[in-house]
Amino acid sequence: MKPFDYQRAADTRSAVAALSRQPEAMYLGGGTNLVDLMRLGVATPAVLVDVTRATSEAIEESSGGGLLIGAAARNSDLAAHPVVRHRYPMLAQAVLAGASGQIRNMATVGGNLLQRTRCSYFQDIAKPCNKHRPGSGCPAREGDHRNLAIIGHSSSCVATHPSDMAVALAALGASVHVEGVEGTRTVPMPGLHRLPGDEPERDTVLEPGDLITAVELPALPYASRSRYRKVRDRASFAFAVVSVAVALDEADGVVRDCRIALGGVAHVPWRATLAESALRGAPATAEEFTRAADLELAGARPLPDNAFKVPLVRNVLVRVLSELAS
Amino acid sequence: MTDMLLSINGDEYPVVVDTRETLLDTLRERLDLTGAKKGCDHGQCGACTVLVDGRRVKSCLTLTVTLDDREITTVEGLADGDRPHPLQAAFIAHDAFQCGYCTPGQLCSAVGMLAEAAAGWPSVVTEDVCAEPVLDEEEIRERMSGNLCRCGAYVNIVAAIGEVAR
Amino acid sequence: MTTTARPYVGTALDRVEGMEKVTGRARYAYEHSPDELAYAVPVQASIARGEVRAIDVQAALTIPGVIAIIWHRNAPRLAPADNAELSVLQSARVAYRGQYIAVAVAETLQAAGEAARSLSVDYAGEPHDTELRADHPGLYRPEKVNAGYPTDSEHGDPDAAMEAAPIRVDATYSTPAEHNNPMEPHATVARWDADGLTLYDSTQGASAVRATLAALFTMPPANVRVIASHVGGGFGSKGQPLAPVVLAALAAKHVTRPVKLAVPRQQMFAVTGYRTPTIQRVRLGADVDGRLTAIVHEAIEQCSTIREFAEQTTTPTRIMYAAPNRRTTHRVVKLDVPTPSWMRAPGEAPGMFALESAMDELAIACGIDPVELRVRNEPDADPESGEPFSSRNLVACLREGARRFGWADRDPTPGARLVGRTLIGTGVAASTYPAYRSPSQASARLEPDGRYTVRIAATDIGTGARTVLTQIAADALRTSPDRVTVEIGDSALPPATLAGGSMGTASWGTAVVRACEALREQVSRSGDLPSAGLEAAADTKEEIGAQERFSRHAFGAQFAEVGVDVDTGEARVLRLLGVFAAGRIVNPKTARSQFIGGMTMGLSTALFEESLMDREFGDYLNRDLAQYHVAACADVRDIEAVWIEEDDPHLNPMGTKGIGEIGIVGTAAAIANAVHHATGIRIRDLPIRLDKLLR
Repeated sequence: MKPFDYQRAADTRSAVAALSRQPEAMYLGGGTNLVDLMRLGVATPAVLVDVTRATSEAIEESSGGGLLIGAAARNSDLAAHPVVRHRYPMLAQAVLAGASGQIRNMATVGGNLLQRTRCSYFQDIAKPCNKHRPGSGCPAREGDHRNLAIIGHSSSCVATHPSDMAVALAALGASVHVEGVEGTRTVPMPGLHRLPGDEPERDTVLEPGDLITAVELPALPYASRSRYRKVRDRASFAFAVVSVAVALDEADGVVRDCRIALGGVAHVPWRATLAESALRGAPATAEEFTRAADLELAGARPLPDNAFKVPLVRNVLVRVLSELAS
Repeated sequence: MTDMLLSINGDEYPVVVDTRETLLDTLRERLDLTGAKKGCDHGQCGACTVLVDGRRVKSCLTLTVTLDDREITTVEGLADGDRPHPLQAAFIAHDAFQCGYCTPGQLCSAVGMLAEAAAGWPSVVTEDVCAEPVLDEEEIRERMSGNLCRCGAYVNIVAAIGEVAR
Repeated sequence: MTTTARPYVGTALDRVEGMEKVTGRARYAYEHSPDELAYAVPVQASIARGEVRAIDVQAALTIPGVIAIIWHRNAPRLAPADNAELSVLQSARVAYRGQYIAVAVAETLQAAGEAARSLSVDYAGEPHDTELRADHPGLYRPEKVNAGYPTDSEHGDPDAAMEAAPIRVDATYSTPAEHNNPMEPHATVARWDADGLTLYDSTQGASAVRATLAALFTMPPANVRVIASHVGGGFGSKGQPLAPVVLAALAAKHVTRPVKLAVPRQQMFAVTGYRTPTIQRVRLGADVDGRLTAIVHEAIEQCSTIREFAEQTTTPTRIMYAAPNRRTTHRVVKLDVPTPSWMRAPGEAPGMFALESAMDELAIACGIDPVELRVRNEPDADPESGEPFSSRNLVACLREGARRFGWADRDPTPGARLVGRTLIGTGVAASTYPAYRSPSQASARLEPDGRYTVRIAATDIGTGARTVLTQIAADALRTSPDRVTVEIGDSALPPATLAGGSMGTASWGTAVVRACEALREQVSRSGDLPSAGLEAAADTKEEIGAQERFSRHAFGAQFAEVGVDVDTGEARVLRLLGVFAAGRIVNPKTARSQFIGGMTMGLSTALFEESLMDREFGDYLNRDLAQYHVAACADVRDIEAVWIEEDDPHLNPMGTKGIGEIGIVGTAAAIANAVHHATGIRIRDLPIRLDKLLR
C-alpha cells in the first residue's frame, strides 16, 4: 500500500473542501471496499478524508412522508430500522443479503453505493482492465465473465455493480443527496450509476469532490409489499449471481403499479422500466409476469458463459412477482 | 506516522502507527495481541473479527488511525479473569474447532451476533423482517456465515452457540 | 505406578489444547517475534513462461525501512534439490505465473509490501500452454503415481468383457482444480544464529522440513530446528516444504536478521499446491443382475513443467468392487501451471466421485437399488492384489446408513418429489481410504514428580493429535491423561512422520505405545525411581517393515439429501449422513469432528469449489476467498457421522485406521447422485453450479 495522509473531516463542507484542495484524495467511509482496493493497489489515494463523522448516521422520517438516511448510517442499522423493515422490506432484505454481519456493521450507506465491481480482472493490477487502467483492454469478454453483465455493457467493459442495497434503492426510486464544490443537489436512483460506454473507469455520474450526504426514500405505500431475492452460488456471504427487487401494488388480480430492479446483470442496478410499464394495468398472472420479464430481457446481450442469466432472471422475477401477488 | 491511544480489553495502549496499518496488524505486530488471526487480509474469511464499541467488525479492513476513541475487544478480553466466557466453554465442550485458527474470530463474531439478535435485528433468513426474529439454528448459521471454517466445524459451532443462546 | 480402572482410548476427552485455542493464547508460526525482526513480502511472476531478464530495484530501495530486495542475481545459493519448487530464486526461469521471482525485506510489513509492489520486472515471455485437454499431445505415462502406486493395472480382458456385457456404463467425469485454503496461510519465522537455523513454520511435518532445509543450505540436520506448536490447518498443502519456507530462510540469511514471511491468500493459489483437475473415463460392464464383469477407470491430470506430481486418481477403483476384468490408468501432461500437490484424499476424492457416480448410473441402468448394487459387488479379498482385507465393513456401513437414513422408503424415480418450488432427492456413495503407517520415533519419560512426558515430532494441524496421543500414552502407561504431557510440534523431538495420509495416529501412536511399554519395563526393573527420572525410547522402523501382508483400508457409506430450486437451480444439501468403519475410534469427540469436517469439505467440493484457469494469462483467476467459494456456515445444515467399531488385529497396537481423509471421499458423488434423483439431471463435471441445473 502506498503511504497516505489521514484526515478526519468534521463536517461535509470541510470534507468537500479537503478533496477539492487535494486531487489525489479520496473519501473514506466504512473502508470495507476501499481499504481492500488500496491493498490490491487498485486504489492509490495520497490522502484519505474520513467522512464517517462528517455525514449523518441518522435515519429519520422526512417531511414528504419518506425516509432520510444519513450517508454514514451503517448498513446493519439501516436493515434493523423499524421503518425500513415495515415500509420498505425489500431494502432491509437487500442489505441483509449483502456481505456478512461484520461487514454490514462497518459499511456505510454512502460507501455501499460507491463500491466497485468485483470483476477478477479489475481487482488484479497485473492484468489489463479498462476500469483500473483506461485503454488497457477488457480481458473478461474473452476470459472469465460468468458473473458479469448481460445487459448495457460495452466493448470496453462488462462489469457488474456488486451492491445489493443499490438494487432496492433503484427500485424504490431513492434520491441521493450530494454535496459538491458547486453546492448541493440530488441525483435520482437509478441515475447515480452509469453504463460503462467508453469510460468504464467512471462508475457514477458524481464529479470529483462530490460527497454523498444522504439517501432519501420516497413515500411509496405499496412498497410494504416488496421483496428482494438474491440468487447466489453459496447460501450466504457471496455476491449475487443475479438478484431482483420487486414492489407490487396489486388489487383484485390487477397490477396497479410496480417497481422492479435487477442486480448482477449490468454496470448499474438495472431498473426494469419496460417490465414495469408492461405490467401496469395487466392481470397479475404468471403469463403476464413472464411476458413482462421477456420484454425486459429482450435487450440482453449475454456472453457465452453468462447466457444462463437470462432464463435465471426471468424465472426469479416471475417467481417473486407471483409470490407477492398471491 | 500517528501518535494515538488505543483502548483494548479495558487497557490503554499508547501507539505510534503508520496510517496504512490495520487494526489487525497493530494488534498482532505491535501489541503482541495475536489472538485475532489473519486468514485473508481482505475481509473475506472473518478470522480477524474483533468487537469495536461492542459491534463485531473485521479488523483487517479497519485502519487503526480511525479508532482513537473506540473501545476494542479481542478474544483475549472475552474471559472474565480465569473464568472463560460461556461461548469459550461451549466451544470446547462441543468441539467447535479443530485447527483453532478461525476460532477467535468465530468467538468474537458470536458475541457480537448474540447482541444483534438480542436487539431484535433480523437476518436475510428471517421469514418476516418486521417480526422479532427467533434465533434458531438456521438464523445462527446465516448470521455466522461471515466466519469461514475450513476444518468444517460449523455443525459444532452452531450447536455451541445455540446452547449459549438458550 | 498409578493404575486406572478403564482405558482412555475410546473416551471423548476434550482437546487438551482447547483452552489455549479459545483464549487466543495458542501461538501459530507467524505469532513468534524474535528481536531484530524484519518482514518479508514475496513477489510473483506475472508471466506464465519465460525468463526474468532484470528487476529494477532502485525505487524500492529508496522506500524508508526497506532492507533488501532479493532475486536470483543476489540470492544466496542453495544446494540442488530433487523438487525444483524448492530452488527458489536460483535461476531466471519462470515456469508458471505466480512463481516467486523476488522478495522484499523491510522493517515493517507496510514498507515491505510497498517495496514488493514497486518493483519493475523486465521479462522475456514465451507462449504458454495451461489447458488440460483429454487429447493433449503431451500426455504421458508416469513411472509411478503418488504414494508409490503402480501407474496402471490390468487383470483379465476388460475390453472384451465390456463388449460382451449386457449392461454398460461409459461416461466421462471431470473435476476442477481445487485449492486447499487452510485458514492459516503458510507462514514462517526464520532465524539464523551460531547454531544454525530455527524456523517457526506452519507445517504438517517438522522432521521433513528440517531434513529438506538442512540439505538445501548444506548443513547437518542437527543445525536446523523447526517448531510448529499449532498449525491452522493444512489439508495436505503443508505436508511438504515448498517455496515459501525456503524463501523465508533464504531472506533471513541474506539480511542476517530474523525474517517473518506469510503467504498472502492470493499468492497461495500459485505457490502452495492444489488438487489437479482431472478428466476421468469410467466404463462398467455388468450382467443383468448388476454383477460387475468389467471395470475400466482411466484418469488424465496435469502437473507443472518443473515437478512431476501424478495423483493416484484411480487407485481406489482397484480395491472397491469385485470384477474379473479390470484396468486402471493414469496419464499426466506437463503444463505451464503451478505445481499441484496433495489436497485432502489426493486421488481418492476425485477418483471416487467418478467411480461412485458411475455406480449410480449402473444401478439405474440395471434397475437395482444403488445400496444393493454395491453389496452385490462386494469382493471377498482385494480384487487386484488378492491379499485378504485386514477388515472390511463396507456392507455394514451401507446397511447401517440405509437404516438410519430411511433409505428403504426411497422411490428411485428421478425428478418426482416437488415440495413448493424445491425438488428433493437422495443419493448414496461409498467411501474408502487406505490405512497407512509410517516409521516414527518417540520417547517416554517418568519425571521425578511422578508425571509422564511423551515426546514425538508429531504435528496437530487440528486433527486432535495432541489429545489422542495423550489418551494412547495414558493407556500404555496405565495412568490417567492428566498425568501425561505430550510434547509435539518440534523437530528437536524424536523424528516422526508427517500429519498426512491419514496415518498420524497409527504411526505416532505405535511409536508412543512402544516407548511407553519400554518405559514401563524400565520402571519395573529399576525398583526405586532415580532422582533424574527414567526415560525410554522407541523406533518403529523394524516393526512396520515386518508387518504382515494385508490389504488395509477404511470404508464408509455416505447418504445425502438435496433440495434443488426449480427456478434458480440452486442446490442445497439438506442432510448428510456418513457411516464409517475405520478400526477403533480413539476419541469419539474429535473423531466425529474429523469425519464431519471431511464431509463438509466434500459438500464444498460438490457444490462450490473450482479454481478457474485463465487461459490468456495462465493463472488461477479466482484467487481469493470471495471468488473461490468454500462452504460457509449457512451451507452446512444437518450433517451427522457415526461409525461401526472394528476390532482389527492386523493394524497397529491401537487397532486404528486413519480418519482424516475418508470423510471427503464419496461425499461429492453422494450429492451428485442425490441431485440426479432430485432433478433427473446427471452432473458429471464438478462443481454442481446452479447454471448446470437451470432448465
